[in-house]
Amino acid sequence: MKPTLSKKEQAAKRQKIIRLVIVYTLLTFVALFIVVPFYWMILTSLKTAQQVDRVPPILFLKPGDWQFRNFALALQAAPYVRFMMNTVIVAAISTIGTIITTVLAAFAFARINFKGRDFIFMLLISSMMIPGEMFVITNFMTVNTLGWIRDQSFIDALAAMSFPFMTSIFYLFFLRQTFKQVPDELYLAAKVDGTTDFKYLLKVMIPIAKPTIITIIILNAMGTWNAYIWPNLVSPQNEDYRLVSNGLRNAYRDLAGQVAYNEQMAAALIVTIPLLIVFLLLKKQIMRGVSRSGIKG
Amino acid sequence: MLEEKHNIKAWLYLAPAMILLAVFTFYPIFNAFFLVFLKDFNFLAGTFEGFTLTENFAYILNKPDFRNALLNTLMIVFVSVPVSVILALLISAWLNSIKKLQGFFQTIFFLPYVTNAIAIGMAFAFLFHRNYGLINTVLNWFGISSVNWVGLGAGYWSSMFALLVFIIWSGLAFKIMVFLSGLQSIDKQYYDAAKVDSTPRSRIFTKITVPLLSPMIAYITITSIIGAFKEYTAVIGMFGVRLGPAGNDGALVTIVALVYEAISRSGSTGAYSEAAAASIILFAITLVFTLINMQVSKKRVHF
Repeated sequence: MKPTLSKKEQAAKRQKIIRLVIVYTLLTFVALFIVVPFYWMILTSLKTAQQVDRVPPILFLKPGDWQFRNFALALQAAPYVRFMMNTVIVAAISTIGTIITTVLAAFAFARINFKGRDFIFMLLISSMMIPGEMFVITNFMTVNTLGWIRDQSFIDALAAMSFPFMTSIFYLFFLRQTFKQVPDELYLAAKVDGTTDFKYLLKVMIPIAKPTIITIIILNAMGTWNAYIWPNLVSPQNEDYRLVSNGLRNAYRDLAGQVAYNEQMAAALIVTIPLLIVFLLLKKQIMRGVSRSGIKG
Repeated sequence: MLEEKHNIKAWLYLAPAMILLAVFTFYPIFNAFFLVFLKDFNFLAGTFEGFTLTENFAYILNKPDFRNALLNTLMIVFVSVPVSVILALLISAWLNSIKKLQGFFQTIFFLPYVTNAIAIGMAFAFLFHRNYGLINTVLNWFGISSVNWVGLGAGYWSSMFALLVFIIWSGLAFKIMVFLSGLQSIDKQYYDAAKVDSTPRSRIFTKITVPLLSPMIAYITITSIIGAFKEYTAVIGMFGVRLGPAGNDGALVTIVALVYEAISRSGSTGAYSEAAAASIILFAITLVFTLINMQVSKKRVHF
């Protein structure tokens, strides 16, 4: 016997299909809203100057008409490869520094019993409410006093850009949460075996906290790629010391007058693509890491 | 908890982080509250003319730029935060209700998170270009004439609108991620129970989904409000250092922009006290919002 659907079930099924159609349509609209700026950037970067000047604008370009010349022009206008290398160096220094300092401190907060532990931890957490702009004023004075700004060498510039970001209360908190989840029994067993604290941290805690550490590396590296304000403040003069964000902005200061939009968009794409490639390669880790960093409350 | 106290050992582990925090976080906090009470402080000369309790605050509060910055910042907070939180909530609920293509949409929606704010800001400025931009092209299709959004002589409201669209676009990715993973952790039996009772979907959303998600909504709202109060890079990305459309320089100045503008005048008398005053006002505002939000969530949030 063929199973027939009752009228009520049929109605429910139809309703479900209608709902799905609506949901997919809405999601497609949102996806278009998200993708359009990227599309416009890529499309413009491939146009000739005459094509950019067309009104109404050309919305599609055949692959045969793509102009890769704009990328060469953009690379001539500013040293983006240099900017990227600088960014990678600063990201590496600040990330390695952050991992070392926060892992050690988080271990102390999670596993070692010491006087004033909870009080100091509370103090750190509450200082997260203070906006970073308040620190920047004095930090700028400090790096200036340390001689990292006047007659700046490349090493000075790297130091000024990395040092204030070699630790982080947020990541410390994040790591401590992870360390706290490691059962005490493991620690006590290691103690019985005569394992030192440092060896325990290295051999047990760090491997367990690997996902958190990877998250920190990813977030920190992306932060450096996006950093505009501080690098621009401490290294305003020498173009060769710029990072990608301030390098790009300083290469195209003006929005008015005759702007080569195709070249500008090519430059913007040059800065965007490395991050997108890293994202596509490490999609799972990055997305998991970002949502983990958001769910701590 | 575990055994006797190990003060020296603990401080050996803490030292690297604590030394850096002392220099680059704690000392700057105290110093900001010191700078703000200095009269005519000049950083490069290293001189000041005694102390003052209110002068620096009064100076900045009376500056027309500061009033503009405050209004712009409040506009960004009160428009971009509610719009992006509600949008992200809806989008993540839609995403959670589908099976096919969920991963695909999730990846697309995440893209704004992995871009450079300056690069994509430039793309947005060009999207809103009067003649060559896509926005006006689409408006023209519907018979609406072109708007000078961000070009030479563009008005305040049009450029603010374009900026808000950009800020909302940038903020969606993180919120969707957090809400979606929250939704996925909600126990299915709540929904099964609602299904048995044949509760309408809109009611399920407002009576089950939102309350169960409330800790995350509260967390995201607090951090977004604080983030919106500190907005600056988005303005730089779209409008460059003139902080507004050409011919209307500084129209979109924000509080943080003023702090940095003052810091960059390192040789000028009073600039650092001005920056300190602005940053302390910013701190006070964000603190108030944090406390309000904590009170509200204590009452409403369903843990």
